[in-house]
Amino acid sequence: MESTKILDAKGLACPMPIVRTKKAMQELNVGDVLEVHATDQGAKSDLTAWAKAGGHELLQDTEEDAVLKFWIKKG
Amino acid sequence: MAQTMSTTELAEKIINYEETTILDVRNTEEFDDWKIEGGNVEIINEPYFNLLDGVESIGDKLDKDKEIIVVCAKGGSSEMIADLLEEAGFTNVYSLEGGMKAWSEHLEPVKIADLKDGGELYQFVRLGKGCLSYFVESNGEAAVIDPARMIDVYIRFAEEKGVQIKHVLDTHLHADHISGGRKLAEETAGSYYLPPKDATEVTFNYQPLQEGNDIMVGNTQVSVQPVYSPGHTIGSTSFIIDDAYLLTGDILFVKSIGRPDLAGFAEDWVGDLRETLYSRYKDLSKELIALPAHYTFAEELGKGGQVSARLGDLYEKNTGLQVENENDFRKMVTENLPPQPNDYQAIRETNMGKINPEHEKQKEMETGPNRCAVEG
Repeated sequence: MESTKILDAKGLACPMPIVRTKKAMQELNVGDVLEVHATDQGAKSDLTAWAKAGGHELLQDTEEDAVLKFWIKKG
Repeated sequence: MAQTMSTTELAEKIINYEETTILDVRNTEEFDDWKIEGGNVEIINEPYFNLLDGVESIGDKLDKDKEIIVVCAKGGSSEMIADLLEEAGFTNVYSLEGGMKAWSEHLEPVKIADLKDGGELYQFVRLGKGCLSYFVESNGEAAVIDPARMIDVYIRFAEEKGVQIKHVLDTHLHADHISGGRKLAEETAGSYYLPPKDATEVTFNYQPLQEGNDIMVGNTQVSVQPVYSPGHTIGSTSFIIDDAYLLTGDILFVKSIGRPDLAGFAEDWVGDLRETLYSRYKDLSKELIALPAHYTFAEELGKGGQVSARLGDLYEKNTGLQVENENDFRKMVTENLPPQPNDYQAIRETNMGKINPEHEKQKEMETGPNRCAVEG
């Protein structure tokens, strides 16, 4: 999937994946897609809930070799 | 830097009914699924990601000078939010060390009784999951019943008491938590007992629990008397200890009864459950103190942390024991059941020895609430 920017949050424990995602998102424009890579299992439900609360759209998420990937469209 | 609070300190507060204010910063879905309960706990939920730009949104809900314990999944986010609260002028903020993951593992020993010929009976309350295990000691020996995965706690307790764990028993093959039974018996060179009907697929050696084969703890007359009581599982076995205490396993709880469906045989086992609760147990002395392997509702946790009830009182008050009509009973325990516990199939296979997940994986399999009961 196409993304405007990729954020590497692998190896970071909660709350850092969200803190970094939030910061990266601030630098993007509405409609841009941020791709986030994380290894903290908690990131999955937190990113989903965070995107929803912030009016962003989680387009897709995958898990491969313990790496979680998320594509979030800025709302 | 905000201070941290250990799970032991939090457990003491809860069982002593001290006023406890908790700010749970996990996401709302996780909070709704499973949270800290019991005692005199007041709890509010605000996900940490809503507080990153400022904690004002909860400033109105909480008194700045009151003790506030911030809780998250593993302890990282709670630490950050506790710091943010301090910066915002809160004066008495703690972060729960290890978060809900650590809380799920905490075991709190609570003394139930002195036994007739010397010796003591303890209940280990797993506050985060509502699991209960038991420690009987007499004259230098001990038996542990339904031990949790955190076996070091029982080993340390035995050392402190100066007793040797000789017997380890499981009332049934558990589906909601990983049993520490086999490992504890290995570590202490004790015997591990299981009901044979629950052990048909296990991959290790065990001693079969059988009615009539009482287990003696110490050389005084503290007997652990097995009573076959199927229904939650086909092998479920209760124990009468010292002629006074009935360890009911997952068959009968203080405010609810066991569910028959966790091994996939609800229809077959419901008759056994009925027979155990409405006939076998009814023939036992009403004066027995029932001690279950779980509690579900915070109000079941008594002052001091005990979870227990007189058997006669349960026959008057427990709604699961008041269903005269057999069809109504069948319906109650097979329809509209609560969701099954997280990972219950994998937990059963682990307890049979069929799979051996690594330590971290075992922790994750167990996180979340227990759901072994049916409400009448």
